[in-house]
Amino acid sequence: MTSFPVEKIRADFPILKEKIRNKPLVYLDNAATCQKPLAVIDSISHLYMHEYANVHRGVHTLSIKATDRYEGAREKVKNFINAKSTKEIIFVKGTTEAINLIAQTFGKANISAGDEILITAMEHHSNIVPWQMLCEETGAILKVAPINLQGELIYDEFEKLISNKTKLISVVHMSNALGTVNPVKKIIVTAKVKNIPVLLDGAQAIPHMPIDVQDLDCDFYVFSGHKLYAPSGVGVLYGKQALLEAMPPYQGGGDMIRKVTFEDTEYNTLPYKFEAGTPSIADVVGLGAAIDYLTDIGMDNIANYEAELLDYATEKANKIKGLKIIGQAKEKGAILSFVLDKIHPHDIGTMLDSLGIAIRAGHHCAMPVMDFFEVPATARASFAMYNTKAEIDALMAGIEQLIEVFG
Amino acid sequence: MFDDLRDLYQEVIFDHNRNPRNYRVMENADREVEGFNPLCGDRLTLFLKMDGDVITDASFQGSGCAISTASVSLMTEIVKGKTETEAEALFKQFHEMTTGKEEDVDLEAIGKLAVLAGVREYPARVKCATLAWHTLDAALKNEENSISTE
Repeated sequence: MTSFPVEKIRADFPILKEKIRNKPLVYLDNAATCQKPLAVIDSISHLYMHEYANVHRGVHTLSIKATDRYEGAREKVKNFINAKSTKEIIFVKGTTEAINLIAQTFGKANISAGDEILITAMEHHSNIVPWQMLCEETGAILKVAPINLQGELIYDEFEKLISNKTKLISVVHMSNALGTVNPVKKIIVTAKVKNIPVLLDGAQAIPHMPIDVQDLDCDFYVFSGHKLYAPSGVGVLYGKQALLEAMPPYQGGGDMIRKVTFEDTEYNTLPYKFEAGTPSIADVVGLGAAIDYLTDIGMDNIANYEAELLDYATEKANKIKGLKIIGQAKEKGAILSFVLDKIHPHDIGTMLDSLGIAIRAGHHCAMPVMDFFEVPATARASFAMYNTKAEIDALMAGIEQLIEVFG
Repeated sequence: MFDDLRDLYQEVIFDHNRNPRNYRVMENADREVEGFNPLCGDRLTLFLKMDGDVITDASFQGSGCAISTASVSLMTEIVKGKTETEAEALFKQFHEMTTGKEEDVDLEAIGKLAVLAGVREYPARVKCATLAWHTLDAALKNEENSISTE
């Protein structure tokens, strides 16, 4: 492949020049959140310094400018995931809010006692708990499709769990704890036969691969901005227009109405129906800037480069005695979750931090995954397009040293 | 290599992590309380044998990081023979040492536990060290059979 301009990209991320405990920062906690390029940071400062006012309200110039920027970002998101219309792009706080929104609107309108919601055993808590809450309220039943020891969905078992009562399938596109990329196209094809809507949790997948919601033919696709090099506080709920039209509103308030009297309220059209109150304007603009930045680099190029990083890291990790990779799916994104013999992940995290290396140690908001692999927690190095093989070398050297210290 | 960490990971901690003291299930324990740190998944069960208000034996089982394992191991050693009041006073000292001001700590009373003073500089790890003591506190107060640091 043509060489990926990683050094040029690194130069765009000011925080990567930071020293941590007097050592150069090696940031490998990208699955938790990604760092921000200058283009994103500047877009926010620029808005606040030159173009900021509330959106969709004023007739004054600044409000019109801010609205243009805000709606411009919606257009960018639409193109980025290839949605049919900007009406299908709802701005929310993040993936978690998007899933809760669907549970509380689509869920309450379409799911009742005895109905089933199907998820997988590798879901993040944010794709478990909202459904448990809905089940508690409605008497619906949550079904969980099992995974194998490689961390892959057992497809036959998954298919067997689809029944006439299944009203929604909600599946993670890429697992944050294991890196597994699920066979989402196959899942959707199967679901379509039975007319079951499919929600994809794209929080992890979105920064690592091109996403085309029309090609996938999913009914909902949700993700957070902060894992896509954009600010925290903004996320996207994509939904097919017909589904969104039929759903009751989520929160009531300003912007989501067309006409209010004390007797009756008429709701606004899409996408505003689901955007009550003043949104996180600058963060949405920042998301637009992140998408421009990523589009310039090319999501295909990013996917190829990160696959190379993951292969390199996996090969190196496999050579370390006492290291076990948790999550060895054939289809996998740039996440290396691992445990070390007799060394707790928290100790690994603190020790690597003293070398300037940031990883995550814990259950990754996926306690059922930890239970399945019978570990209390894992250490997780997660890669982004600005990471290098030299950083992976530093990680592996750090792991080898801490194994020695622990004896 | 890990020079910065010498205050946190002292040799005593590695020693107790490798060979935890009093690591056993206690038959006929008078108190048995489970402690859980949901942040990192550390989980321990603390057993106490009491004679009146004196702790005559203490043991534990569970899994955790080196800091939490060393902390509970050291604790089970130090509280044996102590009265409930003395143990509670130690907890207060330990809490002060790991979260409060250095000058308020009675080093003589705290003894060997001083090896855990380093966690003060690592806010993310304080709960690893204090889990054992919160569990002991619950056991002595005999209030609940499960406690959590969150």
